[in-house]
Amino acid sequence: MREFRYRRPTDVDEAVALLDADPDAAYLAGGTNLVDLMKLGVQRPDLLVDVNRLPLGGVEPLPEGGLRVGATVRNSELAAHPVVRRDYPVLARALLAAASGQVRNMATTAGNLLQRTRCFYFQDTGKACNKRDPGSGCAARHGQNRELAILDWSEECVATHPSDLAVALAALDAVVEVAEPEGTRDVPFVELHRSPGEHPERETTLRRGALITAVRIPPLPAARRSAYLKVRDRASFAFAVGSVAAVLDLDGDVVRDVRLAYGAVAHRPWRAYRAEAELRGRPFTPELAGQAADAELAAARPLRHNGFKVPLIRAVTVRALTELAESRR
Amino acid sequence: MQNRSGSASIAGDERSSRVAFTVNGDRRELTLDNRTTLLDTLREHLGLIGAKKGCDHGQCGSCTVLLEGRRVKSCLIFAVTLDDCSITTVEGLAGPDRLSPLQEAFVAQDAFQCGYCTPGQLCSARGVLDELAEGWPSAVTEDLTGVVRPTDAEIRERMAGNLCRCGAYPHIVAAIRETAGER
Ligand SMILES: Cc1cc2nc3c(=O)[nH]c(=O)nc-3n(C[C@H](O)[C@H](O)[C@H](O)COP(=O)(O)OP(=O)(O)OC[C@H]3O[C@@H](n4cnc5c(N)ncnc54)[C@H](O)[C@@H]3O)c2cc1C
Ligand code: SF4
Ligand code: FES
Ligand code: FES
Repeated sequence: MREFRYRRPTDVDEAVALLDADPDAAYLAGGTNLVDLMKLGVQRPDLLVDVNRLPLGGVEPLPEGGLRVGATVRNSELAAHPVVRRDYPVLARALLAAASGQVRNMATTAGNLLQRTRCFYFQDTGKACNKRDPGSGCAARHGQNRELAILDWSEECVATHPSDLAVALAALDAVVEVAEPEGTRDVPFVELHRSPGEHPERETTLRRGALITAVRIPPLPAARRSAYLKVRDRASFAFAVGSVAAVLDLDGDVVRDVRLAYGAVAHRPWRAYRAEAELRGRPFTPELAGQAADAELAAARPLRHNGFKVPLIRAVTVRALTELAESRR
Repeated sequence: MQNRSGSASIAGDERSSRVAFTVNGDRRELTLDNRTTLLDTLREHLGLIGAKKGCDHGQCGSCTVLLEGRRVKSCLIFAVTLDDCSITTVEGLAGPDRLSPLQEAFVAQDAFQCGYCTPGQLCSARGVLDELAEGWPSAVTEDLTGVVRPTDAEIRERMAGNLCRCGAYPHIVAAIRETAGER
């Protein structure tokens, strides 16, 4: 591992200034992704700026409803929060479906959103990877790509975003609060992550050195009936092969509102706007849910080894929505 | 000057840090290369070899210890981040002259074979018992707002981050259930 300097600032401006001054610096939160990638030689920061002692903890209810979740709130703490359990089951379920108890006690809200892909080739410094080493090629494009993208990939990169939490936050229209040298700003969650295009090394729309300080979750009464269904190769402690976050609001049988997002299908958490448009205003049936998934997945371009993900995501969409519809009766 | 990985090296006084924390109730002060994980600190610097290095990548759980009472994987934590923190390892679970009820249950239930994973299983189980007592839900909890019970399914799901190559799982679950029942 490359040697690094270590700083532990106690205020946000100092942290942002430290990152801004050193192009090879990185923030360190729970370390569950960064420390691993440093051991593998995939990330080689020369300065770690520890965010764990910044005043970015705590989950606070917002005056207009909803929650503000501090960047360093641990995944386990957020999943156990009484308001999350009652008002946002999709969020609690996504968190609880991820990793293991130990990892959830370490992993932070911000770190989870900015974790890197689990593409094997990205993690193997002996392989071509445009994300790790721009211009070197993509070993996954025609390699072992079973776990990788079916939507929105480019010839340069077919990786998926691995986070479960991010899929729930995409469905909930969360907002990310960011501190930069110029000041603070809000980023709508669905605009946080990028499509790979020609620059898969750029994963988010944040400028280098931007510090995530909090995530706001807007009020959404319908989210009390929400679900996160994750399909994986083992029953527990495995990344998603495909997942669906769903919120369904019915007026009688008619879909008044619906939020759908897919995980492990694209370079970013995938908000399924086309499927939502098919569903809104129509009487809910499982057949309609299937048609809605088809509308979203019409754009899918499976890779050699992951064609199964298209019917998988369709089936999980139907199941998630049908279970939510039935739970209301 | 170049270091092994070919990049400019960092001044000597910048590549290590002083850190002071408590391990099993004893205060420890060390100067460590910033790259040293908590696991390596325990094993190589403090002579506490209970926590094991199974994978060094967060995947096996054999390095599990308690940090501020919460179970964590010590292989993914740089020790220099832990200034003023409190750590408990398997060596600190027992009382001065007898094992803790959890450890006694592991013995009574035959919850290990080679024993390699056991320190991690014990620290993880200690964390699980506290998480259950605090009512934390898990992926298999049906009612997220209801009372959480220490069923076998709950214990299995919560212990998923600890692998056992000898396959002592059923006995590990039994030992934890027995301990949870006594509380
Ligand atoms: C064995 C294992 C299994 C896992 N399984 C799953 C799973 O099933 N599902 C899932 O979703 N995840 C899974 N994970 C991933 C885990 O959830 C992430 O590693 C974790 O959420 C990252 O959070 P962290 O705080 O540890 O981030 P770190 O590792 O500290 O940081 C991750 C990245 O975020 C940056 N960063 C951190 N905080 C900030 C901030 N405030 N502002 C700006 N940048 C910041 C860091 O610089 C770094 O680039 C697993 C991890 C392991 C080790
Ligand atoms: S899919 Fe992306 S991350 Fe994987 S090898 Fe190709 S460029 Fe790298
Ligand atoms: S050695 Fe830490 S999880 Fe395997
Ligand atoms: S007892 Fe041998 S690995 Fe668990």
